[in-house]
Amino acid sequence: MAHDTHAATHHHTSMGLDSRKMAFWAFIGSECLLFGSLISTYLVYKGRSLVGPYPHEILNIPFTSFSTFDLLMSSLAMVLALAAVQRGDMKQGKLWLLVTALLGLVFLGGQFWEFSHFVHEGLGLTTNLFGSTFYVLTGTHGAHVTIGVIWLLTLWVQALRGKLGPANAMTVEITGLYWHFVDVVWIVIFTVVYLIQ
Amino acid sequence: MLRDPVYFDAVPLALVSLVLLLLTACGGGHYPQSVFHAEADFSRELDGLFRNIFAWAVGVFVVVEALLLVAIARFRARPGGPEPKPVHGHTALEIGWTLAPALILVFIAVPTMRTIFDTAGHAPEGALRVEVIGHQWWWEYRYPTLDISTANELHIPAGMPIQVEMTSADVIHSFWIPRLAGKRDLIQGRTNRIAFRTDSTGEYWGQCAEFCGASHANMRLRVIAQSDSVFQRWVDRQRAAPVTPAKGSVEETGQQIFRRSACIGCHTITGIANAKVGPDLSHVGGRGTIAGALFPNTTESLHRWISNAPSLKPGALMPPQSLQGADLDAVVAYLQSLK
Amino acid sequence: MKSWLTTTDHKRIGLLYFWTAFAFFLIGGLEALIIRAQLVRPEGIGVSAETFNQLFTMHGTTMVFLALMPLSAAFFNFIIPLQIGARDVAFPRLNAFSYWVFLLGGLFLNASFVAGPLFGAGQLSVAPDAGWFGYANLTSRQFSPGPNVDFWLLGLQILGIASLAAGFNFVVTILNMRAPGMRMLRLPPFTWMTLITQFLVITAFPVITVALVLLMFDRFFGTHFFLPSGGGDPILWQHLFWMFGHPEVYILILPAMGIVSEVLPTFSRKPLFGYTVVVYSGVVIAFLGWSVWAHHMFASGLGPIADSVFAGTTMLIAIPTGVKIFNWIGTLWGGQIRFTTALLFAVGFIAMFIIGGLSGVTHASAPTDLQQTDTYYVVAHIHYVLFGGTILGLFAGMYYWWPKMTGRLLSERLGKVHFWLTLIGMNLAFFPMHLSGLLGMPRRIYTYSPDLGVAGFNLVSTIGAFLVGIATLVFFWNLLRTRWQPVNAPANPWNGATLEWAIPSPPPVYNFTVIPTVANRLPLWQTERHGPMAPLPERPPAPIHVPGGSWWPMITAVGLPIMAIGALSHFLPVVLAGAVVAIVGIYGWAFEPFEM
Repeated sequence: MAHDTHAATHHHTSMGLDSRKMAFWAFIGSECLLFGSLISTYLVYKGRSLVGPYPHEILNIPFTSFSTFDLLMSSLAMVLALAAVQRGDMKQGKLWLLVTALLGLVFLGGQFWEFSHFVHEGLGLTTNLFGSTFYVLTGTHGAHVTIGVIWLLTLWVQALRGKLGPANAMTVEITGLYWHFVDVVWIVIFTVVYLIQ
Repeated sequence: MLRDPVYFDAVPLALVSLVLLLLTACGGGHYPQSVFHAEADFSRELDGLFRNIFAWAVGVFVVVEALLLVAIARFRARPGGPEPKPVHGHTALEIGWTLAPALILVFIAVPTMRTIFDTAGHAPEGALRVEVIGHQWWWEYRYPTLDISTANELHIPAGMPIQVEMTSADVIHSFWIPRLAGKRDLIQGRTNRIAFRTDSTGEYWGQCAEFCGASHANMRLRVIAQSDSVFQRWVDRQRAAPVTPAKGSVEETGQQIFRRSACIGCHTITGIANAKVGPDLSHVGGRGTIAGALFPNTTESLHRWISNAPSLKPGALMPPQSLQGADLDAVVAYLQSLK
Repeated sequence: MKSWLTTTDHKRIGLLYFWTAFAFFLIGGLEALIIRAQLVRPEGIGVSAETFNQLFTMHGTTMVFLALMPLSAAFFNFIIPLQIGARDVAFPRLNAFSYWVFLLGGLFLNASFVAGPLFGAGQLSVAPDAGWFGYANLTSRQFSPGPNVDFWLLGLQILGIASLAAGFNFVVTILNMRAPGMRMLRLPPFTWMTLITQFLVITAFPVITVALVLLMFDRFFGTHFFLPSGGGDPILWQHLFWMFGHPEVYILILPAMGIVSEVLPTFSRKPLFGYTVVVYSGVVIAFLGWSVWAHHMFASGLGPIADSVFAGTTMLIAIPTGVKIFNWIGTLWGGQIRFTTALLFAVGFIAMFIIGGLSGVTHASAPTDLQQTDTYYVVAHIHYVLFGGTILGLFAGMYYWWPKMTGRLLSERLGKVHFWLTLIGMNLAFFPMHLSGLLGMPRRIYTYSPDLGVAGFNLVSTIGAFLVGIATLVFFWNLLRTRWQPVNAPANPWNGATLEWAIPSPPPVYNFTVIPTVANRLPLWQTERHGPMAPLPERPPAPIHVPGGSWWPMITAVGLPIMAIGALSHFLPVVLAGAVVAIVGIYGWAFEPFEM
């Protein structure tokens, strides 16, 4: 997925946009519908749980605000990583790729802690509709973050082996597109699930 | 190249025979579930709207198909024919054939909206309330104001508006009596409504219209519209206690076997058994049919049904019973006595 | 053999799609014939309720996902790069991946017909049996305990991945791989309709994916997304399913409309009448297609306001559809029409689609739909649209492009026999269904009472269905004949105007010796304003690099059914093994040198 055809970047394209990047935009459009359907399901079932725990009893806004901040910072690191790779500064590039991945890992760690805490508090996947919709929605997002972290670490290893340079800037740019998209989705989830109860 | 003109005759020929078929359908014959033979306010309104839309559709069909046929007949390539003019389009025509269908749709949409609100399912004051509960694969009817519960055969008074409230005990079903009312789904956790009134007494057929599992095809029903006095007599009989068999009669033996059998695990007979899995049998002998209006209520069908219901109705929850010989005869006699 | 397994050539993938989809089409047709045989008379001929329910579920699922969509995909693959003047699609390996996922997903679904013993089911077949629409809560573990529904929901998820991958690929291909001068409004109408279709695919498939995932959670992990017992609502499934399902109808019909818009001009020797209007009405249909889903749910009690809104939006769709039909007639009008088999099928498409469209208007009206939905009237409607429409359109495309795809001409004589048998057969099969439906015959019933009075109509329907079956065998014979008694096709056997006809039949592996520069919409025709494009050189002036094949798309694809088998058997290690295969495939793919 990552590096296949940097030759493609040199190809003539009718729209003047790299084909892989265009495909990625199409993919993101598709992902919007995926998360849109999950968020709609969450909203449709809001307040329809037959038994507790209910959202207001269990959601920890300060903690999740920290996770959200962490993810936003990872987007910043991603921007720095791309800029470094584009100008050929692979030292900085490697650093910021790693920082982005680590911030992603911190977010996942937070989600793991949050999930296990909720289970401990009595909210399982099948406890009520809130549990089901919450875990499936945030879990799907977490899976996206996981894929992003693996992707970033793959790029980082490539960079360590000296196989990532300005010639592959498009690969890093697409990774960044994905990463930013996953962040934006989290902002929406954070707002819908945590802030507007 | 089209060599054989006989091809062209095939289409009109096929169309004519199809129209003939259509006429037979609308004409005579006995069609107990036909939407063309409406006998209630609800179904008549739908039928009227359908005829209206159908007339427009036939008009459009004739015009457009005629244009198509004329085009392919008139502009067949002929040897030495002129090179066609490379026409790319025609703005006025485009506007025309955008507006024409839009206009026709207005004539369809307006009565559609009116009918939607007319048939939204709310009966006028004084309507008889009936609750319909769908089960795999039979219908439970409750009359909350009359304190009656019965199954598969819905008795209603002719001339009185009926308010039907429906829900499901398991999967989604759809309640459909074509000659009286449009269909409506029965969904667990929701209540849907229809309302209708028929002035004609008689027996109307219906069946489940939403795929609901193995025996979806076998989930049938009857609506029996009766004059006030006949309906009242039926109500009185339903409200009365079940018949008590005479001492020493075969029916009494049947009752005793029934008490000892697996039957009481699922069925109600007031005073004898009180389980709600299957239909209430307190007055089963008075029904015309059994097993989801699938078989006539005869000695023979009851025998076969009790012996092995799933073989007659795939998936039926009632397991085959081990009753045999005189025991089975007695139970059947007892059930038949429960008028 | 290896070269086919590793191929990334869009033309070979197109042929693979064609033959695979055609095989599934025959299977789906066979299922239909058993259904019709059972219904030939009241009380049936002995097909059990369980088998019948599996047959109609698999018939619908197969025809939609394994026959019609991939038959269209065969043409997308083979024809689109040629029509836009490209050497291949934007992502050749992704294209191969789509094919293998589709093939494996189809095999996975159909394996359910013989997988019973593995699940101790007591019968051979555990095929899906809850309908192609899989309404909750019948699909819950409580009411469908066997693996049947699991096969369905896992199989559809796999197939969704194939469709999505192809969707991204073709959106980019069409937008980005056009030859110089091929502006958007110079694209052939088939390419345009494909582009619109792919936009619908990439927006509609995520919705069904979510619905299937939620259903999977209900069945595998005990959640209650669609189960009233835990506060869930079965109606949510219907919303999600039809939000996908109605765009899906246009995913099925728009490619056929595109084919017809190619065939009619060629055989009338006239440009497509109102090209821009045809294109824009396709766009309008796609947009409106997203706003009508609840017309499938008029009987579910949405309330009068929602009923009115969805009745209104549904009626609006009739307008752009009608506009297309008028423009097709306008294309024929004043032409010099050659009655080839391809043209007959295209005209048949228009004639039949009109009927399907008009019966559609009768159930766009919510109240009349209350007497029609879930009856044979709707079965008639969808078959006039999807058989009379999509399949006749696809047949038109097969007769039109077969010479280009294989370099062999199909027999026109057999083609005409095929056409007339199909047309007569389909009308005999489907027209009487309008009547059996209005006379009270619900759909999806394995038996019906002789007292309904619909036995005669059902007999005629069955005869018609078998005629269609015979017609399809004639077509199959016609295809096979082109191997055994080949008649070679010239580069442009029909005097077509678009770029695919500028190159030999079949095209060389690199398609174009030089990438053509396009100056107008009908490059090969003499029109008032311009002459035909200069012929391309017979040999490439410079060597053309052609990418070699790759094993990785297939390896990645193989991971998916392995994961599904693991889920089916509730055995986590197998799921993980499948995931490992897929991940190895993805990494192999990503790090494989692959120059285009």
